[in-house]
Amino acid sequence: MRSHRVVITGFGAISPLGLTAGKMWASLCEGKSGISRITAFDPAGFTCKIAGQVPEYRIQDNVPRSHRKAVKLMSRDIELSVIAANEALVHAGLVTKGIDPEKVNIEPQRVGVNLGAGLISCDMVELAPAVAASVTDGAFDIHKWGKEGLELVTPLWLLKYLPNMLACHVGIIHDIQGPSNTITCAEASGHLAIAEAAQTIARGDSDIALAGGAEAKVNPIVLIRQCLIKRATTQGNDEPAAACRPFDAGATGSVFGEAAGVVILENREHAESRGAKIYAEVVGLGQSNNINPAYERLEPDGKGVRIAIEKAMAEAQISPDELDLIVPHGTGIPADDLAEAQAIRAALGETTAKIPVWPTKSMLSNTGAAAGAVDVIAAVCAIRDGKIPAAKNCDRKAEDCDLNIATEPREMKIRYAMSISYTYGGQTAAVVLKRPS
Amino acid sequence: MAERVVITGMGIVCPLGHDVETFWRAILAGKSGVARTTIFDASTFPTTFDAEVKNYDFTKFTKNPKLHQHSDRGSAFVLGAAAQACRQAGIAVETAEPADGIDRNRLGIYLGAGEGSVDNDVFFGAILEAWDAQKNQMDWGRWAQVAFGRMDPMRELEQEPNMPAAHLAVFTGARGPTRSCLTACAASTQSVGEAMAMIRKGDADVMIAGGAHSMIHPLGITGFNRLTALSTRNDSPQTASRPFTASRDGFVIGEGAAVLILESLSSAKKRGVKIIAEMIGYGSSSDAFRITDMHEEGRGAIQAMTAALADAGLSYKDVDYINTHGTSTAENDSIETKAIKAVFKEKAKGTPASSVKSMLGHLIGAAGAAELITCVLAIRDSIVPPTMNLNDPDPALDLDYVPNKPRKMPVNIAMNESFGFGGQNDVVIVRKWE
Repeated sequence: MRSHRVVITGFGAISPLGLTAGKMWASLCEGKSGISRITAFDPAGFTCKIAGQVPEYRIQDNVPRSHRKAVKLMSRDIELSVIAANEALVHAGLVTKGIDPEKVNIEPQRVGVNLGAGLISCDMVELAPAVAASVTDGAFDIHKWGKEGLELVTPLWLLKYLPNMLACHVGIIHDIQGPSNTITCAEASGHLAIAEAAQTIARGDSDIALAGGAEAKVNPIVLIRQCLIKRATTQGNDEPAAACRPFDAGATGSVFGEAAGVVILENREHAESRGAKIYAEVVGLGQSNNINPAYERLEPDGKGVRIAIEKAMAEAQISPDELDLIVPHGTGIPADDLAEAQAIRAALGETTAKIPVWPTKSMLSNTGAAAGAVDVIAAVCAIRDGKIPAAKNCDRKAEDCDLNIATEPREMKIRYAMSISYTYGGQTAAVVLKRPS
Repeated sequence: MAERVVITGMGIVCPLGHDVETFWRAILAGKSGVARTTIFDASTFPTTFDAEVKNYDFTKFTKNPKLHQHSDRGSAFVLGAAAQACRQAGIAVETAEPADGIDRNRLGIYLGAGEGSVDNDVFFGAILEAWDAQKNQMDWGRWAQVAFGRMDPMRELEQEPNMPAAHLAVFTGARGPTRSCLTACAASTQSVGEAMAMIRKGDADVMIAGGAHSMIHPLGITGFNRLTALSTRNDSPQTASRPFTASRDGFVIGEGAAVLILESLSSAKKRGVKIIAEMIGYGSSSDAFRITDMHEEGRGAIQAMTAALADAGLSYKDVDYINTHGTSTAENDSIETKAIKAVFKEKAKGTPASSVKSMLGHLIGAAGAAELITCVLAIRDSIVPPTMNLNDPDPALDLDYVPNKPRKMPVNIAMNESFGFGGQNDVVIVRKWE
């Protein structure tokens, strides 16, 4: 079976660091933080009161007229994915029905979409009147809900919260009819969606795929879950920009946020034949499992991450000394960071000490299903510009972490870059990107 | 040459039984898994019935129930289904030193799995305490206070859709590629299809593939009832799922898990394990039409079927049996019929196409894998399962839906179709192993 080479020909991102991938990269280079006190709701009662929030946008400005009505069916996760997908398509020079129906230059059946999505939590304000109408003697009454409360829920309510609706909205707006999937592996989703979409192209089932992930984690339910399982920091509320400290001795937990990242993956020959600019080639994909009955934590030696890295390196057929950049998952949760550091070290050996490691969550926050996708985009920008920005908030490296954290910015030719992720629940992934020759 | 992919194990936990043979006997006997809702009090809901997994105890399937004690329904179901499938395929579970000839780094997992159930009392209670009806706003401080006091951290974590895969990783020690997807009602046809692609590519030797889901909780039923997608035939639950009839009025929601062990032919031969059937085709597509409706002509469904046939190197003429998506909704059954006609042309009416959802209900994320198991059993036993409750055929729908009783006939090749809400379509094809 012939396998096609897969390249990245465009990307789009909406993140706490701006409404476009360009803004995100510029802010990362400046060392800006996208983390601040939560404004989406009053966080005073939460142990963690900070998050990475996307600046204001108007979704109506980001969908074609034909899809305006469907905006009311979009949860915030869906909105973010739609905005990033638009940017990515335009960036790649692809014209779809949703961009300009007169000048379409894609073949809809040969384009796929594969997005990672989170567990979309419902908007409690939207449900509250229905809940309040279902009360007997001061308590929630399921009988009343079935008769009366239920009627107050808008008819299409469920459709806002099905994770596959990200890919469906994007597909409908742009008339994308090829293979479509929704990966729901929490913080590993972005990478795994990119991996699967790349494989779809490699085996010839599509020529182009929109791949990545989106999640809006600035929601009371999402936040409280991360507080309850003790992943969110409770110590950084007074100084949000310094709160998320991957691999730092003073790390106290992660900070959550919202984002979407979408890359355009393309069959290399297809990209070349249309003269598209190639930003990177996807050369190695590795996946495995963290096996830990403490499901919310990485196993102490990070074995599942190690295996994913080893597989990605084997597929890329490179040796560690060809790797010039690692973007780790680096959440700021001390035990998980340590386990990840050990995994990287175990997979790459002595050379690890020489490879710059640049965690982004100190600035971008942990954006769940989008995290891997925005990290891949950051790595692609680093390759394109030959530049590794400075890691933030790693002032004093954690004891036992022997990674080479890129605390100083540097300019250098990046031959290969690796982006890593793992998640509570266990899935792990690593993606190796190659500088186009 | 890509690896050929075979099925070496199957397991199921569903409303018709907690093992494959019980399930299959029930299907062939035309039994219904549908009854009044018991998981929560749905007596005042527009729909008061469903297809539930009853009297199920996952601890029978594990030596270490403590490692899975917080499992939500989906995770509990999938542990049982995977335990059966692994036993049949000779895959060692719950051991640090598996002697089954499978490299753990090449044993992967791919599930189509849904979210866990919301902890209702806490969820509704906290909203109620924090809602200020006068100001029309939530008091988030109050909400947080109540929620921090009452929410169980592990129960909250178990709502994540990747948790069923997490439990299987712990159960089997799988270190190979692992993913979880959720393309609504198509999820576990997609997971099996993508798992096959992973083996073909050489990324894994063995994949534990399938689905696990339960949306039988107040918010899930509320959502589907508001969409008017569920049957409301409350006076006759067991005949409510009636695909392809003139009187069909919606689907009947079910729950469960179904797992298939996919394996490279070389691994299966090397291990000397019995081969049950061969996976030969997979196609995925999107409607790109409307969030709320399928494409009128079934464009996406046609493309997925066509792609699966091409992948298998087959013509529509080669297919002996179609396991339809057949949900018993007005829209699906009519558009699916059109799509089958478009693909199967002159052979459309001559190819049996039945819906086991008439008995099983719609297992949503787990539906595709459960129905693929049905296809494999149809091949094994040379008998096609019926569409039950088909007493008043819709005059506009004129395929051979195998009404009301199973049919003895040789089945060499079977096609399984699943179409997800929002327009994601997946089709897989299996062949008899000889």
